[in-house]
Amino acid sequence: MIEIFLGKYNYWIYITLMMIGFYAMIAKQNLIKKVIGMNIFQTSVFLFYISIAKVKGGTAPIVWEEAILYDNPLPHVLILTAIVVSVSTTAVALALIIRIYKAYGSIEEDKILEMSK
Amino acid sequence: MNISQHFPVFVIIIPLISAVIIPLVGRIRRIYGWYVSIAATFSSLLLSISLLRTVFEKGRISYWLGNWEPPWGIEYVVDYLSGFVLVVISFITFIITLYSMKSVGKEIPEDKITSFYSIYMFFVAGLLGMIITGDIFNLYVFIEISSLAGYALIAVGRKRDALIASYNYLILGTIAATFILLGIGYLYMVTGTLNMADLRERLPLLYDSTVVRTAFAFFSVGLSIKIALFPLHIWLPNAYTHAPSVVGALQAATATKVGIYVMIRIMFTVFKPRFILEVVPVSQMFLYLSAVAIIAGSVLAIGQKDIRRMLAYSSIGQIGYIVFGIALANKLSIIGSLIHILNHALMKGGLFLVVGSIVYKTGITNIDDLKGLGKKMPFSMAAFTIGAFSMVGVPLTVGFVSKWYLALGALQAGKWVFVLVILISSLLSAIYFGRVINNIYFKDDGGGHTTKIDDAPAGMLVPTLTLASCCIIFGIAAFIPVYITRFAAEMLLGG
Repeated sequence: MIEIFLGKYNYWIYITLMMIGFYAMIAKQNLIKKVIGMNIFQTSVFLFYISIAKVKGGTAPIVWEEAILYDNPLPHVLILTAIVVSVSTTAVALALIIRIYKAYGSIEEDKILEMSK
Repeated sequence: MNISQHFPVFVIIIPLISAVIIPLVGRIRRIYGWYVSIAATFSSLLLSISLLRTVFEKGRISYWLGNWEPPWGIEYVVDYLSGFVLVVISFITFIITLYSMKSVGKEIPEDKITSFYSIYMFFVAGLLGMIITGDIFNLYVFIEISSLAGYALIAVGRKRDALIASYNYLILGTIAATFILLGIGYLYMVTGTLNMADLRERLPLLYDSTVVRTAFAFFSVGLSIKIALFPLHIWLPNAYTHAPSVVGALQAATATKVGIYVMIRIMFTVFKPRFILEVVPVSQMFLYLSAVAIIAGSVLAIGQKDIRRMLAYSSIGQIGYIVFGIALANKLSIIGSLIHILNHALMKGGLFLVVGSIVYKTGITNIDDLKGLGKKMPFSMAAFTIGAFSMVGVPLTVGFVSKWYLALGALQAGKWVFVLVILISSLLSAIYFGRVINNIYFKDDGGGHTTKIDDAPAGMLVPTLTLASCCIIFGIAAFIPVYITRFAAEMLLGG
């Protein structure tokens, strides 16, 4: 039992963060809070990628005579790309929110839905 | 050094570079941005056709990006399937780009036109990249390129509702893309590779692994959101309705089709057909979901007042058809699905272009106000009628061919109930398109419109009529798409 929780704590952390983010994206009415949720959601997946890159006893993937094992650098590189994507998504979302605020005068979803009826 | 061996990468790079060039030349004169877009989409079309011909002569093309050998480097793959979809998508984007000038000029503020075309080309590059890539992480990057560009394109719609539609699409689209990213991570975790062909070799040993199954579940949900399969469709109607006409046509005709192509790739190339049919019978789930989508899309379309929203709901039904053929996973049904990818792009593209012309000329989008337009805009309405007939599935139009193959596939699998579903949905679409056509031709507008012909300008009419005539041409000469897709279906099911 302890093995499941402590031995794989990295996965538990990523799942918990992911669900927090997911909840915020679905349940929150405030558009900015949704974006915050989206960021948590995406970051949790990044953490997952980073944690699977770790090799037990491995060092940083830099050529070094004393190193026996290296961590896998590929997931790090993938996540660099995904971070760029995440930043651009956040930028687009925030730009949209600014325009929504100018057009509706509110960033609460329920109020906006009322107005657009 | 032969230049033609680099064609696979040029298909992507030309739109990508033109996306950067457009803001530069657009500073000199705005119209230049449009010229560059046309040149880029047209060269992508020519390159795609040449690639498809090469595939038929020499077989699968594998292009190593930066000459790094796969599975270490990124591989671009053109085979029967991706060649076919490349030609379809680049053809449709070319036609819509031709059409776009007048409509964009009317619907989008003048100072934003240049950046509109720039984002438009990013969108096209993303779609073409999704089709051609053979690397699963590269696929994710292209999905995000096209999606981000898509959100921005929808947001330039005239009304403020477009902003909310775009925002909701962004949230759902990001959930979908992140699920896909997670699925990729799971596959990488157990196989250590990102190359699709390599994954195909390594995965069968791991089909019993929970990790692989979870990965497949994430792919299924993520892609279902992207293609707007019925219960996950909520972003689609608003996005198509409030987007500028050109963007509505582009999204409806290309974006979801490419999403379905990716789904086919995941199901049949990364995983083998055995996995979705026997190991985890997820095809059953998709079968019933798609049947619900077919009926629900059509029923919801009947109740709509806005013609764009009606077309959007009808799209949801049509996506159901394509997924249905894939889920049956026999040769005839897959041929039906692949042809329907072409057909739906032609029909729905054409219909949305006609709606764009109506908006351009009159600003009407309400179905009840369309009365008497048959006299005023005879050519556009003729195109609409052909598209509508094709959607219903009247013989001699493309819609008939794909429904025929889907029905044959269902019969071959012994699932005759689904033939009934196809029939009912055709009747339902006859109802909602019949209502529009009835308004156009047979209802008097009380003398509001003059009987003088006042159709859309030639720049909009020619592309619309091209798509409409393609609906007839490929309906009669159905052997052309059937010939190509038969090879694709055999390739997907073999091995």
